[in-house]
Amino acid sequence: MGMNVQGRPTQQVAESVAPSSTFTGNRALQIEESLIFEKNAFDETGVDLPEPVGVNRLGAHARQSPINLPGLSEPETMRHYVRLSQKNFSIDSGPFPLGSCTMKHNPRLNEKMARLPGFADIHPLQPQSTVQGALELIDELAHWLLELTGMPAVAMSPKAGAHGELCGMMAIKAALIDRGEAKSRTRVLAPESAHGTNPATAAQCGFTVDAIPADETGRIDLEALRQKMGPDVAAIMVTNPNTCGLFERDIRAIADAVHEAGGYFYCDGANFNAIAGKVRPGDLGVDAMHINLHKTFSTPHGGGGPGAGPVVLSEALAPFAPVPYVVKEGGRYHLVETRRAAEAEGESHAGGRLTAFHGQMGMFVRALSYMLSHGGDGIRQAAEDAVLNANYVLARLKAEMTPAFDGYCMHECLFDDEFLKGTGVETIDFAKAMIDEGYHPMTMYFPLVVHGAMLIEPTESESKQELDRFCDALLSIARRAKAGDQSLKTAPHFAPRRRLDETGAARNPVLRWTPAE
Amino acid sequence: MRYLPLTSGDRRAMLERIGARNVDELFRDVPKDALNAPIDLPAHKGELEVERLLGALAAKNRAAGAGPFFVGCGAYKHHVPATVDHVIQRSEFLTSYTPYQPEIAQGTLQYLFEFQTQVAALTGMEVANASMYDGSTACGEAALMARRVTKRGRVVLSGGLHPHYAAVVRTNSELLGDKVVAAPMDVDGKEDLAAMIDGDTACVIVQNPDVFGNLRDLSPIADACRAHGALLVAVVTETVSLGAVKSPGEMGADIVVGEGQSIGVGLNFGGPYVGLFATRQKYVRQMPGRLCGETKDAEGKRGFVLTLSTREQHIRRDKATSNICTNSGLCALAFTVHMTLLGGEGLRRLAMLNHEAACKTADALARISGVELITKSYFNEFTLRLPKNATEVVEFLATKGVLAGVPGGRLWPNDRQADNLLIIAATECVRDADIDAFAAALEEVL
Repeated sequence: MGMNVQGRPTQQVAESVAPSSTFTGNRALQIEESLIFEKNAFDETGVDLPEPVGVNRLGAHARQSPINLPGLSEPETMRHYVRLSQKNFSIDSGPFPLGSCTMKHNPRLNEKMARLPGFADIHPLQPQSTVQGALELIDELAHWLLELTGMPAVAMSPKAGAHGELCGMMAIKAALIDRGEAKSRTRVLAPESAHGTNPATAAQCGFTVDAIPADETGRIDLEALRQKMGPDVAAIMVTNPNTCGLFERDIRAIADAVHEAGGYFYCDGANFNAIAGKVRPGDLGVDAMHINLHKTFSTPHGGGGPGAGPVVLSEALAPFAPVPYVVKEGGRYHLVETRRAAEAEGESHAGGRLTAFHGQMGMFVRALSYMLSHGGDGIRQAAEDAVLNANYVLARLKAEMTPAFDGYCMHECLFDDEFLKGTGVETIDFAKAMIDEGYHPMTMYFPLVVHGAMLIEPTESESKQELDRFCDALLSIARRAKAGDQSLKTAPHFAPRRRLDETGAARNPVLRWTPAE
Repeated sequence: MRYLPLTSGDRRAMLERIGARNVDELFRDVPKDALNAPIDLPAHKGELEVERLLGALAAKNRAAGAGPFFVGCGAYKHHVPATVDHVIQRSEFLTSYTPYQPEIAQGTLQYLFEFQTQVAALTGMEVANASMYDGSTACGEAALMARRVTKRGRVVLSGGLHPHYAAVVRTNSELLGDKVVAAPMDVDGKEDLAAMIDGDTACVIVQNPDVFGNLRDLSPIADACRAHGALLVAVVTETVSLGAVKSPGEMGADIVVGEGQSIGVGLNFGGPYVGLFATRQKYVRQMPGRLCGETKDAEGKRGFVLTLSTREQHIRRDKATSNICTNSGLCALAFTVHMTLLGGEGLRRLAMLNHEAACKTADALARISGVELITKSYFNEFTLRLPKNATEVVEFLATKGVLAGVPGGRLWPNDRQADNLLIIAATECVRDADIDAFAAALEEVL
């Protein structure tokens, strides 16, 4: 029982004093890591390839100067990137409540499926007779997307959400050209709270953008919208649920208003996770909507892509979908790859290409794997849990924080910075303090219509226990702010880096490594 | 359902805390008749069942690695070291977001900085961005960037540009009312593009090696562009070529776009890939896409952040340089890890091995009677003119287990001159036995 039988003298442990720094600059599991260019391996290679001995017919086309890039051995390479990885926060390590981004669990089964050689090791231009399974998979995924959205057509090739927006707005432009109204219909309406991609996409299609104000409940001001309607309106772009995390109650009246004015209804589907399996956008009057497979259907965000953004289209816009697309005929699948080929199939209005080849196949496999795993019932349950989780967080955080709007939210809850008034602490400080508590910050300062916005999207992947810990942590930060804790102003204190000088980075851009003079 | 952690007890307790009777009360803003419409989709499945379903679909496809394989035209079969796939499956890379919170995203930011440096060095340019969706969309964005820089609205396309890339440029530029002028199909790389440039031309887009495999000297066209105040956009769809052939920067390109798939990414039936985008320092504020820059933290330690975001949609909205909101992060990581293993020296070797394989393949096929080797100067891809319709030949060879290349009819379905063309790529993955099998099967069908 606790008796010292080994003869070691028992002594009082000295008061623990942490050193301010270490010799290496490392902090235990956090290892400082130089750039690959600083490892002096410029003549080396970490790949065993035979020295070429054969022909060289490059002649005058041969490269004159050596490629000055280092090659690291395999252990050095592995260690370098593993150390870098340890400086990243990720969903697999903790809650990532980034509003509008749907950072849900990324099942590893999907990765395994995407790596089957029959999907990962096939070429986009090999004979179609040798890729029937791939074409069938695209067709099957399209079927799931159509069923979930209640829409009649889908364009699969867009490579990301913004690319999907471009696809949808192009279809709208093409439809207007077909109606002979492209010159007169040049205005696109989008709420002030819209994602920045909406106005940017509209501009990229040659439209001008007109902002619609929000009402005091955080939704589109229907009267203001009606007043903005006119014969020059090409389309309205609405996110639903919107970027305040609210369902647009007047969605059908909004659709009617734009349709009566002769325009189209583009829906930004970034927040589809709130309603997938519960509500079909096709029942709400939508003409086009992109679906972020990397949000709703869990293909990994990968540190910023790759994504995938298929676009569902109404009867009115379906003829203007871009090439390529997959057609099933008598049990065989084939690709229609050019507008001429589409014409030959009776699709005389088909749109031009958005990208080489056929879209993000690797993401299609992952998304279908996710859907098959969930089934129709699981997708609906996921939406319900996502909305339940967000409302639970809202209900708990109300105790110390100020919701931007009254009532229930959908899959994300939005707070303003009213509760920080007079504390000297701002939204960014609050967000950075979350980092010290082990959480990825919420989306901050978006949507623009809410002062100091904090948009929290927990997703269905968090357990109640995890949400409770998360809420406790946020409440504690709010209380510290109100108590005048100025250490929040310089958070994070425990991350691999303190706050970074972003202004300096933009003023004097250093965008690549260069050897020291 | 294995992915959903809430128990039914949790759900009840949470609803109680919220003060809602049931979950549908939370959906009360949805029009009544639009809520819970029946969905005709199967119920959830276990892992084993999903593996079987998807495995059956995968089994219907012929994988490139399963036999002789010579298909290219913008996507190439290369060996990817095992380290690459391990690194990109690290949770911290796979399941993180765009690095908007740099204090906890230095891993992503540092590799993007390394990626930008590698791409700039390979293309011979001063700066590169953090990647685009793929080579073709990078090409479309290059045309739009040239429009911003020159304030002109005419784009000239080489007849050796990949038709899909040409189509993407058309789609993007014509939306804004710009004029896109394409030179006729240029099988042997002899077109005179300089004659097509005028004072309204924003840019000329030329691919090297071109879609037929021809190596081109871009210097004369760069001079012609400069004389007219137009930009030269060079397109590289086979990045491995940069290990052996002159970089576009050395030949005077203003913007270089490329498909980075060959390094680290794999075929994936056309996506996801990784677009490369590089240019001169003076145009950096007109560039599309994400950029990572070096800076310091509050303690003076080096760190990296996303920078120059005043070009981007989330700040500039309808005045942004592009609507692009993402890059191809994980594929850029794959590129960077593979490139870090290769180094300049490894890439040189890899490139020469590709060139050798192509020379051997070309020699073996050109010997067959009736076959004409059109491409005189090539890297790892070349074009044959066959005495027969190439699509039919390719289909026949596929039944013999040989995936022989891309028939002209696939990329130029409306140009009868392309019908007998066969574009063939040979990489380090091609073995002598593959070449023998190809030659024997081709001889049989001709």
